[in-house]
Amino acid sequence: MAEYQNLFTRVQVRGPVYAGVPVTGTSWTRSGKPFYIHLFGKLGDAQVGPLYLGITGIASLVCGFIAFEIIGLNMWASVNWDPVQFVRQLFWLALEPPAPGWGLRFPPLAQGGWWLMAGFFLTASILLWWTRIYLRAKVLGLGNHVAWAFAAAIWLYLVLGFIRPLLMGSWSEAVPFGIFPHLDWTAAFSLRYGNLFYNPFHMLSIVFLYGSTLLFAMHGATVLAISRFGAERELEQIIDRGTAFERGTLFWRWTMGWAASAESIHRWAWWFAILTPITGGIGILLTGTVVDNWYLWGEKHGIAAHYPAVWGVVTDPALPQGAAR
Amino acid sequence: MMPGVKTALGLVGAVGAALLGIAMVSQFQAPRLEEVQRGYRGTAMQVNYNEKELTRYLAENKVPASLPQAPAAGPKAGAVYKNVQVLGDLSVGQFTRLMVSITNWVSPKQGCAYCHNTANMAEDNLYTKIVSRRMFQMTQHINADWQAHVQGTGVTCYTCHRGNPVPNNIWFTDPGPRTPGGNMISAGPATGQNLAAKSVNYASLPYDPFTPFLENDHSIRVQGEQALPGSDRHSIKEAEWTFALMNYFGNSLGVNCTYCHNSRAFSDWSQSSPAKVVAWHGINMTRDLNNDYLKSLANAWPANRLGATGDSPKLACATCHQGVYKPLYGVSMLKDFPELSHPGGAGVGYLNAAWTPPNGSMREAIPAGQPKITQ
Repeated sequence: MAEYQNLFTRVQVRGPVYAGVPVTGTSWTRSGKPFYIHLFGKLGDAQVGPLYLGITGIASLVCGFIAFEIIGLNMWASVNWDPVQFVRQLFWLALEPPAPGWGLRFPPLAQGGWWLMAGFFLTASILLWWTRIYLRAKVLGLGNHVAWAFAAAIWLYLVLGFIRPLLMGSWSEAVPFGIFPHLDWTAAFSLRYGNLFYNPFHMLSIVFLYGSTLLFAMHGATVLAISRFGAERELEQIIDRGTAFERGTLFWRWTMGWAASAESIHRWAWWFAILTPITGGIGILLTGTVVDNWYLWGEKHGIAAHYPAVWGVVTDPALPQGAAR
Repeated sequence: MMPGVKTALGLVGAVGAALLGIAMVSQFQAPRLEEVQRGYRGTAMQVNYNEKELTRYLAENKVPASLPQAPAAGPKAGAVYKNVQVLGDLSVGQFTRLMVSITNWVSPKQGCAYCHNTANMAEDNLYTKIVSRRMFQMTQHINADWQAHVQGTGVTCYTCHRGNPVPNNIWFTDPGPRTPGGNMISAGPATGQNLAAKSVNYASLPYDPFTPFLENDHSIRVQGEQALPGSDRHSIKEAEWTFALMNYFGNSLGVNCTYCHNSRAFSDWSQSSPAKVVAWHGINMTRDLNNDYLKSLANAWPANRLGATGDSPKLACATCHQGVYKPLYGVSMLKDFPELSHPGGAGVGYLNAAWTPPNGSMREAIPAGQPKITQ
């Protein structure tokens, strides 16, 4: 019996490589002759290929490459084409959206036009990849759960970079392309709009994010723990509860009185995962458009605790003496 | 797999893990860390002290011994010496004591000759003498007119100079790296950010938060004052500039955001510590000093003392504070040098250039008239 108690899969099954079920109703076929890589087998399945790219896959890669090049070349140009500085400062470099004054107009390339172009091609790439995922699942006769989960992430991406800037009337409100710059942008976003922690949808998003990690840990740990009884055959156990999943269910019943079933745990995990970007996206969409200062909004609705003034009264020195805030 | 390959892979993994571990641990702060609570509990309004760093800072911020006072009686320096424009009211003894002190504070290695033609001390042939005369006036102006910031502690030449003819932690307008021009975006004029900059503690925030806020008076306040949208059109990019300035503040004073702010509501004065009011006066003071004193010397500096854009050297928080919440930990040197506490002679004219943001600036609000959802 294979054991999954360790970091790595200890047993690899080697048979003839598997080409997969036949595909009908499409002019493309899977390409490449499948082969085995032992190290891949330590982490997942050892077989690599065959691969199906198709029209949407190739178009997505082309658009993604264009976006990648626009972003990378602008980053490189921003250090005057210095290869050493490009590598040293790579995490700091960015392609910034246009300055606020440009509103929703298309500025010259050097002043944010490149950002719009990169955004267009990246979005096209992502949407094409989504189409590919949707179509592949359909052709294989699967449900579209993966595609809709990906769509939830795309929703958050579109809110941040497209829908909210449109509503705010300025591309400058969007996120820069860059490693540290997008993180600094996130902090600045919360600072500008009065503390995102008082945004109820931000709160929900955090609940689902942390909830996802909790559920993932619980489920992963349960299946690994009962794998010595054959729990890696998870799907069979959904239909025909064998001793493995019975024990897993029993474990949770003993420890918390109730347990998810082998099937429903995946529904729990899926909903928690997709609700993270869905609620997060709603929270971002409302910021600046419907609420301008989340702390003050929270204070108004009684969710900000009152602290005693330990320093006495501190007032804004810019105000005339005696004037209230 | 070949056992040799397996061993090699294991070795590579181990070395990689060790390097990563060393890189991570090198960024840790050595214990002990002491936290001093200042605000209401649970608000994280506290000051963190690292014992090792504190020892270093204490050693670096020792006040030098003052020379014994000289009698105020006797002939005045202005009557005895020629060309004494600012300190002429002092007695010869007081004047000499101050000149020896400033030599110790500013040019201990170079001596009197750093500013004076030793053959004729009255001559104004060295730019350093012109500068130091204006700096005497600046020091007197700070102590007399900016007590809202420097309080009774005041400042002397030593607060900034610390034995260096040119103080550490001065700044120039930073035009950013050279750009290729053409159609490519640049980190310089176009955005003013996204480089690993020491000024903002290696964040990717705007690397010159000084010019707009501490030379010019661009708006620092970016948070809306109402819960719902309507009047406030500050942009996220403006928030990044303010964030950059605040980042510099914290590093200059060796404190966190929560030294002044309750971080849940940064703009709310009623939840802030009184230090925020002192800092607010500090911002105004810095602008005043940069425009009326440092920039007034624009024609005096030789080329090697000017910045990349030909601008005068200027001061900011770290010039005096040098990593400490109160310069020299609040020890007053001014009490031993009362002649620096008020203006002496007549001031000279100054230059106060108007400044407007360039077109397409990242430091602007979203223009009104753009569609924006209100209620």
